[in-house]
Amino acid sequence: MTITALFFASYADVFGRDQVEMEVPNGSTVGDFLRHLRALDTDRRLPPAPLVAVNERYARPDLVLRPGDEVAVIPPVAGG
Amino acid sequence: MRTAIVRDPLQPSAALAEVASVANGAAIVFVGTVREVNDGRPVTGIEYSAYEGMAARELAAIAGEAAARSGTTDIVVEHRVGRLELGEASVVIAVAHAHRAEAYDASRYIIEQIKRRVPIWKREEYVDGTREWVDPTASRTEIPR
Repeated sequence: MTITALFFASYADVFGRDQVEMEVPNGSTVGDFLRHLRALDTDRRLPPAPLVAVNERYARPDLVLRPGDEVAVIPPVAGG
Repeated sequence: MRTAIVRDPLQPSAALAEVASVANGAAIVFVGTVREVNDGRPVTGIEYSAYEGMAARELAAIAGEAAARSGTTDIVVEHRVGRLELGEASVVIAVAHAHRAEAYDASRYIIEQIKRRVPIWKREEYVDGTREWVDPTASRTEIPR
């Protein structure tokens, strides 16, 4: 299935883009997605367990993804 | 109650006027501004960026939580994105309540929650021309609550 991965701020710098369509196996969890992503992070610049939001809500690693989900990898926030 | 992510300069006095009413004995406005030095490095400006849909959703949720805790819905929160000069306002929080203690509590709750969980990032620009993303959390990665 296809999901849309979003990268922001320093993580967009890591991947050289802010969005990518990714193929992941059906039934993949957030944790599976992160393992998939790690293969693209060849310089190991992401923390071991970065925050993830699915469809604009913070998500735990065991959340099961669905086709078309918007999966955002969230760097440490710095608002205010 | 109103919350927004905005690109234009913030207007603290307008936010204050928006929450003021004769039912309220206290009205306060918090303004976060761009500081000239961070961690000892002279700053020339800051670029704020956001995951705008989620940031808007989180801001609204935080204002709703503050309303439930404090018992007022006279709350306006605006966070700016884009490039800001020194001294410009990055965030404005206006709260009015019958009593001052609850107004201060609500305002404090809102700014602390913004810093914990709203997906907004800032890249500081320094006098030597370099730029860096700010990480105030030392890469904390548990889900914010």
